[in-house]
Formats: sequence, C-alpha cells, structure tokens
Amino acid sequence: MDKELKFTWKDMLKYGVIAGVVAIYVILVGMVEAFNERYIIAETINLGQIALFSPVFLLAYFAANNARKIKSSLFAIITSIVVGLIGGAFVAGLLVLGTHMNLRAVFLNVSPELLDILHLGQEGMAGAIAANLIISATVGLLGGLFALMPHKWSNALLVGLSLVLLMGILQELMTITFGNKDWYKPIGEFIYAKKGLSWGGTALFLVLGIVLNLWRSSDKLRPGKKVAKLPRQQQMAVQIVAMLLGLAILLALPKFLGSYPSEILTTVGIYIIMGLGLNIVVGFAGLLDLGYVAFFAIGAYTVGILTTTGKLATVEWNFWMALPVAIFLAMMAGVLLGIPVLKMRGDYLAIVTLGFGEIIRVVVLSDWLKPYIGGAQGILQIPKPKIGNFVFKGPQQIYFLVLAGIIIVGYIAWRLRDARVGRAWKAMREDEDVAEAMGIHLVSTKLLAFATGAAFAGLAGAIFAAKLGSIFPHSFNLIVSINVLSLIIVGGIGSLPGVIVGALILVGLPELLREFADFRMLFYGALLVAMMLVKPEGFVPEKTHARELSEKEPFSSEIEPEAPARETI
Amino acid sequence: MTLLTLDNVHTYYGNIHALKGISITVDEGEIVTLIGANGAGKSTTLKTISGLLYPRQGKVYLEDKDLTKFKAHEIVAMGVVHVPEGRRVFSRLTVMENLEMGAFTRKDKDGIQRDLERVFELFPRLEERRNQVAGTLSGGEQQMLAMGRALMSNPRILLLDEPSMGLAPVLVDLIFDTIRELNQQGMTILLVEQNALLALDVANRGYVLETGRIVLEGDAKKLKEDPQVKEAYLGGA
Repeated sequence: MDKELKFTWKDMLKYGVIAGVVAIYVILVGMVEAFNERYIIAETINLGQIALFSPVFLLAYFAANNARKIKSSLFAIITSIVVGLIGGAFVAGLLVLGTHMNLRAVFLNVSPELLDILHLGQEGMAGAIAANLIISATVGLLGGLFALMPHKWSNALLVGLSLVLLMGILQELMTITFGNKDWYKPIGEFIYAKKGLSWGGTALFLVLGIVLNLWRSSDKLRPGKKVAKLPRQQQMAVQIVAMLLGLAILLALPKFLGSYPSEILTTVGIYIIMGLGLNIVVGFAGLLDLGYVAFFAIGAYTVGILTTTGKLATVEWNFWMALPVAIFLAMMAGVLLGIPVLKMRGDYLAIVTLGFGEIIRVVVLSDWLKPYIGGAQGILQIPKPKIGNFVFKGPQQIYFLVLAGIIIVGYIAWRLRDARVGRAWKAMREDEDVAEAMGIHLVSTKLLAFATGAAFAGLAGAIFAAKLGSIFPHSFNLIVSINVLSLIIVGGIGSLPGVIVGALILVGLPELLREFADFRMLFYGALLVAMMLVKPEGFVPEKTHARELSEKEPFSSEIEPEAPARETI
Repeated sequence: MTLLTLDNVHTYYGNIHALKGISITVDEGEIVTLIGANGAGKSTTLKTISGLLYPRQGKVYLEDKDLTKFKAHEIVAMGVVHVPEGRRVFSRLTVMENLEMGAFTRKDKDGIQRDLERVFELFPRLEERRNQVAGTLSGGEQQMLAMGRALMSNPRILLLDEPSMGLAPVLVDLIFDTIRELNQQGMTILLVEQNALLALDVANRGYVLETGRIVLEGDAKKLKEDPQVKEAYLGGA
C-alpha cells in the first residue's frame, strides 16, 4: 500500500511514456489510418483521431487520478499536461522518423497517407510537431480535468460522450436503415452532417446521455424503486406488462430495422444461444470447455446432411425433422466428451476439450468423410425452414427463429440454475470433493452440464446452417469457442443477462464497424485485459462471483499455521 | 449395537498400499477415535468409509449393509457423513447457502428446518453470520460451519477429520465441547485426530494407527495410560 502514497516526477514520466508507446502502437497497427474516414462529429473529429489521442487521454486521466490523491489539484493538472506532452512528443518523434527514414520495410502501415494524417493539418514539419504537442497536451489536460471532476459528473459525461461516439458510428447504419423513410428525414438532417454528427446532434446526444445518467443514478427517480414500493400484485402486473412490451418490441424489430441490422441481430442471437449453453458448463458447473465449437459444428452439419437438396443429398428432410436429431446428436457428443474427462479438472480439462474441438474440425475437413459431408467444399443448398406458408428466408425471418431459440434456451437455463441440479453445479464449481461428500453425484451432475451445454450449441448450429443455407468447415474454428468464452467473461461468468450484454458488445459492435474487422482480436484482447483489471466480475455480475471478486477477505486472526507434524518414533 | 464395521480393509492409492487390513467397529452412540501420525492412514480410512475411495479388499458395513457396493452420494443419503479436513467450506457461498448444500440429499422440508434450528442452537455464531460469505469467517467459525453443514444431512454417524487442525487452543476447546454435546444428544462420531490427548479425552474407545495398520486398540482411558501411546503421541512423560 505504501507504493500508492507516492507520486513523483518519475511516475509522471512513466505515465507519459506509456501513453506515447500505446499511441505509437495504435498508429503502427494501422488503426489510425483505417479509422480516419469514419467521422464522428461534423467532419472535424474522426475515429482515427480518437484512436490516436485516447491513449493520452486515458493515461492522463489515470495519472491525474493518482496524483490527486497524494498532492494538490494543481499538481494533478500539471501531471496530466506533462503526460499529454510526452505522449505527443512520441507521436511527433514517429512523424519525424517516418519522414526521414523508410519505416515501411518493417512497419507496413507507415504509409505517406498515415504521415499526412499525423501532420494534423499542418504543412511544415515544425508546425506539425507543434500541433501534436499542443493537441496532446490539451487532450491530457482534458483527461486531468475529467479526473478532478466529481465522480457523478464524470460518469455522466462519460455516458454522454459514449452516446455521441455510438451515434456517430451508427450514422451509416441509420442511413441505410431509415434513409428512405419519411419520418426519419428531418431527424436525420438534424442530427447528422454529411459525415458524422452535426454540431446540433452532438450537443443533443451529449446532453441526452448526461441527463439520462443523472436521472438513473438519482435514487428517487429510479423506476425500479417506485415499482418495489407497490403491493405485490401490482408489481407482478408491472412486470408482466414490461415483459409483454419488451416482447412486442423484439417482435417488431426486424420489420422496423430492415435487413442489414436484422442480419447482425441474428448473428448476435446465435452467439447468445451458444453463450447460454457454455455458461452452463463454464459458469454454473465451473468446467472450462475450450472445444465448445464442436457441438455447434455437429448441430450445423446434422441439419446440413439431413436437409440438403444439393449434391450430397441424403434423406432431404425438412428443418423441423432434422432439428431434434441435431440437438440430440450434439447432446450425445457432449456426454461422450464428458465421460473421459470426468476425472479431470481445470487446465487438463481445458486442454482435452480444446483437442476435441480440433478433432471435430479436422474430421469435417478430412478426405475420408468428403463423400458424405463435402470436405472443404462444405454442404450447399440447405433449404430454409418453413411453417405453413411462412418461409424463414432472409435475416428478417430467421430472426424470429433465433428469438424463439433464445427465449426457450434462456428459460431452460434460468430454471435449471435455481433447480436442484443448479445447486449441485454450484457446489461442484466451488469444491468438487466437498460436493461429493455432501451427497452430490459428480458423474451425473457433470454429464448433465456437458449435455445441456452441448444441446444448446447444437440448436445454435442448426439455426446457423438454416440461416446461411450452406456450411463450410472454416466456420467452425477455435475462434468461435474463444468468442463464446470471451463474451461470457465480459458479460459476467454465470450471469444470464451477462451473456446477452457480452454478445452485444463482442459480436454486435464489431459487425457495425467494418473497418474494425482487422483489429477484432486486438480489441478482444485489450477488452479482456481491461476487464480483468477493472471489472473482473463482468458487466452484469453473477452474485457469487461478484462477492469473491469485490470483497477483500479480512485476515482472520484465528487461523494459525498448520500444526507441525509430530514426530513418530 | 454396532453401527459401523470395517472388516480387514485394504485401500490403495495407485500402487501405494495405504490401508493394510484395517478392522474397526463403532457402536451406536459412541465416540471412537483414530489416532496416529501423519501418513498413518487415518484420513484414508474415513475416505474409504464415505466412498470417496474404494477398498481393494475387505468390507465396510453400516449395520448389515455393505457400503462398498454404494457410491459416495448414496452413502451420504444412508446417513454416513464426512467432514473433510482443513475446514473445506464453500468459501464463496454464504453461511446459509453452505448449510442448505448440506441438506442436498434431503427433501423433507420440516426436517431440514428442524435441523437448521438445531445447528444454530449448537453454533449460535453461525446464526449471527448466516448471511456472511463463508470465506470471510474465521478459522474456528469455518470449522463450525463444516460441522453444521454435515449435520444438515441428518447423519447417523459423523466422520470428523482433524477438527482441531490449525485452530487456536480456545477454539479447539470449543469444538471439542461441541463434539461432546453432539454425542450426548445421541450422535455417533468417528473422530480422526493428531492431537491424541484431546481425542482420547473425549472418546469412549480408540484405535492407534501406524503405517496403515492398527497397532493398538481399546478403551480411551486405558490408551491414554499406555506407555507406548504416551511415548509416541502424548509427548513422552
């Protein structure tokens, strides 16, 4: 704890250097250039600039926040400016270096266009360096001021800025979606400029975010509190109305949003179904499964083989006949994988399941099975599901299939969590040996977790096959397992709403930003590290995990070191 | 009446012959203790009884039922409950949740409620801390919780593994008082202890284990006076 009580010039330097290094990293991986055309505010501020200056802003904020605790506010402000200057100096240094040397041999992204961006609109080198230093120092100062603000206000401001950023990013999507609707035209003209938000729109969303946040954080106005005061029956009524309203909105969404956003939503939805399944295995039962994609593949391939009308046609069933088979086979695979790993824990389990996932992928790719499942060419011409005359042909229709899947799977997961088996999973997760001593049958409890998780993935796979109409082995990479695991961690391990939040952030957001695709893994990694440092229990934590990770265990004075073994003669 | 019988039990860890023919009996209402040095096989004996380990040879009987034919979770349901050593509580769950886990095999709500009251009577500290997270309890409280959780399954016989381990002397006394009190209420207890003096004080009978064999057995008071035992386990004199 002593360490935190000091904040010296050396620490200031340290934060500045980190800011500079991170900024250079962001530049060199190509983010600044790739994001440069995505304007957020009125053709003035673009996402590239935000990427360029956010390291300085963040580190100035952290530095000022630490400095503020030890020394005066003035010192904190100076700190933030110094951090900004050092960060700016690094970027300026890169600019000078890049102009005089050909860095491209090593760093592909240091293109003339990039160097042009780093000039920040100034013609000469001296002007560019000055601009970098001044803007960085200003951004640093803003970060410092942010740290000095009362928490309530900085929080509200953060929400406001995030809303501005989000709406700026959404511009293209909004135009695609609503561009030709009459009611949207005046709104769109007000909030958006040609590229990015208009100044009016910026102000609107900033204020909206701030007001919303302040309203939410003031206890008196919270709608939840008001409802809690009502008598029980009315509470129920409010809940039912809210649920029906939510359902109505969800049902209207694809029609309202149109094709492209519905496509994104179905992808997110498929990940939500998988997340809910893996959440049972990892979150509830504490079994780390890295080969989860295998069950997804089994579900997809079962539907593919049984329904395709293409070259590989077999029985040509319809989707609804193939669906239970797909779920059943995935479930069986879950049990089959479960049996050999019953005695394994932690890392060993992770490695074996990882291997299992790869085995399935390799088998699917193999020449041996090529006559049946198509090898690398995959399975084509998978017909769309139908109910009567309603065909789930495009994303706007498949959406309903996914929604129904989420509701069913979510309900099952929710009921299982609070049921007897849910308690058994929880006990097993906490301590396998004691769970066994409490009379919990480990074999059946574990297998049930694997089977349920796998069945959910089978369902997701079946819908996935129907959605695409064709499936290829490369869709069933390890990356899918990692994505699902990451979204659970980001949302909060063991938490059901967390799965939805995690999927929206990790799957939905990158879909919105096409430039983002190259940096997806970088973003995941950074987000996971940041989450572990700042909010390890996830965005929507589950009760037990929140407890462990937020409460410091008081040192219990009564514990003594284990008694030394007595000598035997 | 004999409640628990071990008849020439041999248990192995892989190739290591841990129990080399253990035969013990526990009568209903008794406290029987197993004493011996580290590695003598005390904990292994308890694990073999509760089904966490399978004997390669020999039988374990609860009255006339052969426990070696049952799995661990079935043995718990039959009323043989093991309190593992080292205060193994579910540290992220609350005291109440831990106790509820103890009643996992039961479905009689009234009985569970009655036993909960009994546990709180025995350990008032647990009632005070019912909503506290178990990991934040002190060592003594965690031992109480581990015992209370075992009692929640309404056992016929309690297998206690080193309840005094790592506890301050005051707390050790408290735990042993509770063991005595439980026994007076009619609970049969098989107690494994390194602290031989304490164990022999509280027990009716005792067995001395050495490297997987029983080397001495008999009345607890007599064992305490036995020169061999005194020499080896009671610190000479």
